[in-house]
Amino acid sequence: MNTIFALTSVVIKELCRRKDFYVLFFLTAVLTLLMGSVNFFEDTRAVRYVKEIALLLIWVSALVIAIATTARQIPAERENRTIFPLLAKPVTRAQVILGKFLGCWLACGLALVVFYLFFGVVSGSREHSWPVLNLVQALWLQWAMLGIVVALVLLGSLVFAAPSSNATICFIVVLGILLLGRHLNQVALQQPEPLRSIVYGLYFLIPHLEWYDVRDIIIYDHNLIGWLDCALATLYAAVYAALLLFGAWLLFRRKALHL
Amino acid sequence: MKRIGPYLILCLLAAACFSLATILQQRAYGWSKRAQTDNILKVLLGDGRRLFANHFFIQADVSFHSGYYPSIFDQARAAQGTRHLTAEEGDAAHEEHEKSMGFLGPPRDWIERFGRHFIVNEHTHLEGNKEREILPWLRISAELDPQKVETYTVAAFWLHKLNKASEAEDFLREGLRNNPDSHEILFELGRLYADYHHDPARARKVWELGLRKWAEQEAAGKKPELFHLDQLAVHLSRLEEKEGNLARAIELLQLATKASPHPEALQRQIKELEEQLAARPPAATPQAR
Repeated sequence: MNTIFALTSVVIKELCRRKDFYVLFFLTAVLTLLMGSVNFFEDTRAVRYVKEIALLLIWVSALVIAIATTARQIPAERENRTIFPLLAKPVTRAQVILGKFLGCWLACGLALVVFYLFFGVVSGSREHSWPVLNLVQALWLQWAMLGIVVALVLLGSLVFAAPSSNATICFIVVLGILLLGRHLNQVALQQPEPLRSIVYGLYFLIPHLEWYDVRDIIIYDHNLIGWLDCALATLYAAVYAALLLFGAWLLFRRKALHL
Repeated sequence: MKRIGPYLILCLLAAACFSLATILQQRAYGWSKRAQTDNILKVLLGDGRRLFANHFFIQADVSFHSGYYPSIFDQARAAQGTRHLTAEEGDAAHEEHEKSMGFLGPPRDWIERFGRHFIVNEHTHLEGNKEREILPWLRISAELDPQKVETYTVAAFWLHKLNKASEAEDFLREGLRNNPDSHEILFELGRLYADYHHDPARARKVWELGLRKWAEQEAAGKKPELFHLDQLAVHLSRLEEKEGNLARAIELLQLATKASPHPEALQRQIKELEEQLAARPPAATPQAR
């Protein structure tokens, strides 16, 4: 376990050293504050448009951080040939996979905490209400979703040759699921057989990342989501992440490490 | 020969840039058709900004429904048009909208059933002055597409409701400058004069102009909506009735019957007005304008 945590801390330190997070946070903060300072019809009490924009930026930034950070982990180790001394420590390949996953996932969690703190302060100062539990739920669900994304990208980094192609393909897949995942069953029902069964099968196969997007609940001040539902969604994310990580380990186990 | 230092070259180039800028700045305005008053969105996006305007208008509608809104996959079963945004409770448009917003239906599988715990699945409208939340989206939509008339009418309707009549008037006037032939904007402007400023003379002028614009559009084959003719004629008729111009009020109601989905109700009103007109002594009848 210590080996895994050692690998994890290296990844988190890498995120702190790199500029990605700082740039994205700065952009999110500037755009949110800029929109918040605009006066529409001499009314300063409208706040939902600021929340909408801020949460969209947070989601985009979190996805960029998760995918960009994860996509370069194993390829960079191979390219710099640091993977050889790492595996000679001795560290097993499964530990490398788990350490990289945990590092990227925790790094995303840290970034999310900073983003949500900023969001909470901005929305709370304008709305004069502090729905902390709602924000905690939204953060947790988004972080659980990023667990699946990180595992998917880690698997992708063992399948695709370059980090850029892996990142692009994973971005398209994740955005596709977020936008269409919820409606694939409707699309399937409008298709003739056998396409209907194929699309419906795909609907059951894909990880439903769209469940974790609860921005509307936050923006429009709806009630808390049931804690049991949150727990079940977390379990679903954990199972999918484990499945993808297992797939990654199967690929990595026998992979030649020289370039 | 003494060599010229790189810093001197840098200074010379900077001086040349500055001098050229002072000469060319005035001419550059002539090269571009863009006016100096163009806003930043127009400068950045050009005419492509109109594509985004509808998105922001829909965003206002989403905000009005607190996030409960049909996706493109649900839209066949859901409300179309924008009339529900300004419909009062009890209106036919409101009732129709209520029925059509049950677009979710029963869940088809366990994934859909479970997924509904994480989305807004209750049809509500903003109330208690929270309607102000839709205004920023409408303002952005108008900035992106100044020719989108609904943006002005919907925003003015809610500004009026939120006791921001002067902002509503300014916004409608801006809309009228961008769409001088819009009878919809003229109708809203007239409503503002009649209901808020209690200025029937100005309301009458604006609504009469609106009727003329509607007729001009119909004559030009643009097929303006009959609903708008109905609105204009009925409101103007009420105003004329209040002012005692019963003959003109009857005339306008007769015009409205051609456009109304419920002409029988208007026929009854015409009959009542005709009876009032007949009961009135000839000397007391005000001259039809």
